[in-house]
Amino acid sequence: MTTSADMAPIPYGGGAPSWYRLRRSRRARAAGGLILIILLLALAAPLTAGHDPLSGSADALLPPLTGGHALGTDHLGRDIWAQLVYGARVSLAVGILAALSATVIGTTVGAVAGYAGGWVDALLMRIAEGFQTLPRLVLALIVVALFGAGLGRLIFVIAILSWPQTARVVRASFLSLREAPFVDAARVAGMGAGAIVAGEILPNVLAPIVVTGSLDVATAILLEAALGFFGLGDPNRVSWGGMLNQAQPYLRQAWWMSLFPGLAISLVVLGFNVLGDSLNDALNPRLGEGE
Amino acid sequence: MGIGRLAVFALRRLLLAGPFLLGVVMINFTLIQLAPGDPVTILVGEYPAPPEYVERVRREFGLDRPLSERLGRYLWQLLQGNLGYSFANRQPVLSLITARLGATLQLTLTALVGASIAGVALGLLAARRRGGPADGLAQGATLFGYSIPEFWLGQLLILVFAIWLGWLPSQGNRSLRAPTVGWEAATDGLRYLLLPALALSLRYVSLIARLTRASLLEVLGADFILAARARGASERTVLIGHALRHAALPVLTVIGYNFGFVLSGSALIETVFSWPGIGRLLFDSITARDYPVMTAILLLVSATVVLVNLITDLLYTAVDPRVHYR
Repeated sequence: MTTSADMAPIPYGGGAPSWYRLRRSRRARAAGGLILIILLLALAAPLTAGHDPLSGSADALLPPLTGGHALGTDHLGRDIWAQLVYGARVSLAVGILAALSATVIGTTVGAVAGYAGGWVDALLMRIAEGFQTLPRLVLALIVVALFGAGLGRLIFVIAILSWPQTARVVRASFLSLREAPFVDAARVAGMGAGAIVAGEILPNVLAPIVVTGSLDVATAILLEAALGFFGLGDPNRVSWGGMLNQAQPYLRQAWWMSLFPGLAISLVVLGFNVLGDSLNDALNPRLGEGE
Repeated sequence: MGIGRLAVFALRRLLLAGPFLLGVVMINFTLIQLAPGDPVTILVGEYPAPPEYVERVRREFGLDRPLSERLGRYLWQLLQGNLGYSFANRQPVLSLITARLGATLQLTLTALVGASIAGVALGLLAARRRGGPADGLAQGATLFGYSIPEFWLGQLLILVFAIWLGWLPSQGNRSLRAPTVGWEAATDGLRYLLLPALALSLRYVSLIARLTRASLLEVLGADFILAARARGASERTVLIGHALRHAALPVLTVIGYNFGFVLSGSALIETVFSWPGIGRLLFDSITARDYPVMTAILLLVSATVVLVNLITDLLYTAVDPRVHYR
């Protein structure tokens, strides 16, 4: 899965057969469908929520299926379903944007390290190792506690702490492709280093980048939820982690305050993990074991 | 590899750990400098502190001096073991942390040992029944286990086993009336440990099971397995005696290189179960804006992770003689 040990570089990925394999994969389609549904619910939140997620009412701690609240209400009488739908926006925005930024940073660092080699490679990889060793949750907690928890800041912190995995994967692929015949050919034809890196090698490395990126979304959503659980989410928005934080003192009275947000986090994270996994199987047939 | 070369390697790694820890200290220092407001507030915490102490900290850290000198003074204070004073707790930060270290180690080590046993067993089962329903079930379950936030799992376990069934306690690490030593104390502690350890371990059970399965499947195709089978070794001997030895390496990797995540997970689980460890202290310090405790915990956890990574590398050579370090 996401540990560095088994993320083998993929010598020549991409190409039509792998996309064909991907479309045929039932797991990939199920995961993609799940993510799409949640994404649509989140985007159309004003239509799908049914209640204002932030306005409380006298109907506090109503169990599910009572008083017109399908999933019940929390300790301030706010509708759980509405909070879930609006919380999905935060989770998905933070997860996807953080993973995207981490992918861009990681790809750049990995490409430079892998193509340049030598001391540049050694230095960049030491830095990546250092970032990988940092306790991410603790550091993120401190940054958010010190600087405040805007949505942009959350994305920045998570991205800054998440790029090394991508960098390592990209570097490994670049190392193996650097001496490939088609790269030599490009060099002989007089192409510059930048053009070779971006135009010749990078397209062949896209497959592992996409896999790592998909798994990164899952980790980023979990990290965002953990920050929210510590009460450090964006205070002006509903977040799933924040809902679980508020559920903690009410476990005895209102199980639904804990069950539904946790289920939502798990489903989205599961979706991205399965998607990444099945992408990996489809794009990396050597390890693929079918359904 | 000879002991001498191993020692040289360990020494080199320790020397490399120096720059890393320095980097962590620099990050810490930079954060304190960049944060909005007076850096003294962050070194002292937002809890009301006597003005004389605030002035002393300002002097000791030379906050009217240039940045480079400030960093030097910050490092000097750290080298003297000065992690600051927590006014939220009215105690030096160092003693706060040492008092809670035991509880965190008890929780994380129990979870890791449990996860290793359960994970390897599950991976072994899945690899043996490759492609069968048991394998499919294990694969699905581990993917799910890997995706659940551990703190939510903690809440679910409390809901089921503490609130609905009433079998186990949900808060703290011992009951007030239980004796502190002896058999009864041990069983009492175990009852409190069970749920948080279970919640913390599920993620690693999943990871270890998947890796064990994958590496077993890889090893099972090797020539020496064929040779063992040709000699007439039983399936049990082949799997446990020959293949599993080689699958030990990835398990070690998971535990060794994920130790930072285990500690983070412990911070969340301790918060859910009111477990009196470092993680709970971190949560309380964030709520109280007790910055000296927060930054000290970051340094401590980073140092621990570096140490565990080094031990992992050294254990590698013990488990697999083929691994060599330059």
